[in-house]
Amino acid sequence: MTGASADEMSAHQIAAAVRAGERSAVEVLDGYLQAIEAREGEIHAFNLVTADAAREAAAAVDAAVAAGDEVGPLAGVPIALKDNLCTRGLPTTCSSKILDGWKPPYDATVVTRLAAAGAVAVGKTNLDEFAMGSSTENSAFGPTRNPHDPTRVPGGSSGGSAAAVAAGFAPLSLGSDTGGSIRQPASLCGVVGVKPTYGAVSRYGLIAFASSLDQIGPFARTVSDAALLLEVIGGHDPADSTSIPEPVGDLVGAVGGGVAGLRVGVVRELMVEGIAPDVAARVNAAADALAAAGATVDEVSVPACVYGLSAYYLIAPAEASSNLARYDGVRYGMRVDADNVAAMNEATRTAGFGDEVKRRIMLGTFALSAGYYDAYYGKALKVRTLILRDMAAAYDDFDVLLSPTAPTTAFELGAKADDPMSMYLSDVCTIPSNLAGHPAMSVPFGAGDDGLPIGVQIMAPALGETTMFRVAGALEAAAGGEG
Amino acid sequence: MSERISRDDVAHVARLARLALTDDELDRFTGQLDAVLDHARDVEALDLDDVEPTSHPYRLVNVMRDDVVNSSVDRAEVLAAAPAAEDHQFRVPSILGEAP
Repeated sequence: MTGASADEMSAHQIAAAVRAGERSAVEVLDGYLQAIEAREGEIHAFNLVTADAAREAAAAVDAAVAAGDEVGPLAGVPIALKDNLCTRGLPTTCSSKILDGWKPPYDATVVTRLAAAGAVAVGKTNLDEFAMGSSTENSAFGPTRNPHDPTRVPGGSSGGSAAAVAAGFAPLSLGSDTGGSIRQPASLCGVVGVKPTYGAVSRYGLIAFASSLDQIGPFARTVSDAALLLEVIGGHDPADSTSIPEPVGDLVGAVGGGVAGLRVGVVRELMVEGIAPDVAARVNAAADALAAAGATVDEVSVPACVYGLSAYYLIAPAEASSNLARYDGVRYGMRVDADNVAAMNEATRTAGFGDEVKRRIMLGTFALSAGYYDAYYGKALKVRTLILRDMAAAYDDFDVLLSPTAPTTAFELGAKADDPMSMYLSDVCTIPSNLAGHPAMSVPFGAGDDGLPIGVQIMAPALGETTMFRVAGALEAAAGGEG
Repeated sequence: MSERISRDDVAHVARLARLALTDDELDRFTGQLDAVLDHARDVEALDLDDVEPTSHPYRLVNVMRDDVVNSSVDRAEVLAAAPAAEDHQFRVPSILGEAP
């Protein structure tokens, strides 16, 4: 942690101070830019730091305050953006060579909404190439390191966004979560990370990985800051046909709502195989804390959860193999020239994609191919039905479900690089919520035997964000009380 | 090895996906993809005959909007981001004469 003074303030406090004219947005920004300057060389959270554009944006906020104009709820709050979110005129790489040199001709809806809210974008954060990975080691630009221990991974795929908040480079950041890519790095970096209900946040301008699973969501140091950011980016967007009409609700207000009378179910199937004992112990401690705060806590069985991983690693690659067909050297990024179009397509894709992306494209192509479709993709879609059914049954008796976010604390760089299947197991607890389209979030709750952060996952039914944030607020208060 | 996917299968899907693999990559990817498919064996034991597939978390119906002309992204900006453009179009190498 940096100890810079701006670093101590929450996003709420920064925005309030800037709106009141007590702090200038430029001064706040400078504090964070100094923190980046001091430690970014070691952490590599960013693919690009946009200091000049950020200073202009911050100065514009200060000018608006001075003129007495209305400024938004994130006035002067620095934010880091995952580099799979389109930013007009600024390189957007997905940490892939294949998008080398590409500058999007439009902004993602979330980027537009942040600017309208007065937030100040400080840069684009590193990720596993096309968001495929759980360690941010699959980046064409090199790995991001965990600010708590630079020999460890930050998790992934939104590792740069998680590390940026954990290192004090920004109080807020955005990631995307297809199978746990916000929650797992949040757990490993000791910050709050939220995957909203599918459709609650517009995906317009989020470069697609697996379209039926992808969701944009916030990282923050506090639960209330995450709620504030989700309120800003959430809500219907006509530009995304999967955007839902329901508003996200009063999430900031929910944080202090308490858990009296809420029913919390600890998912039995996600507490056993492959979960490290120190992680399971922290989930049990969280359950005890919620009971002490007035919730009813019990164990619950969600049997189909155990099949989520298998289903996900067929469904997500299948969708990816289709979505990534567009990288053909014709319309964006790099091209490797050849005599004819087919040879140019192949040479471009072979040089442009890294190994993990190639693996998933081939896996998805195989799962969708004649003769294997029913056995793999078809069965995976049916498992998705089972998961929805079992989770619906659990929510008949419980308001929220509790589990580990990740099976372990942050692992060493390189530890799983040669064994994709062991890397995929990092997502076992987070995947069910993606397959179901439900919201889920990770809240830091103490540390493991190695002293590294552990997150507890709170899951809720579709549109259950307000209840989820009540539980998250109570967990955060209990974690602080443990001291 | 369980042989859920053969080396020839991997070579085939790589061709379909327009990816050129070296012999070493073929060997390595075959083993890795086989391990992932082998993990999916737990699903094989399930009786799923009467279960409907779910391709999307919600039963969304088509979203319609009024047929009104809106502004779109700037054509020059889009073409400027392409590797090659000519006469307001994306330029590509020869298409005719390539292998089927």
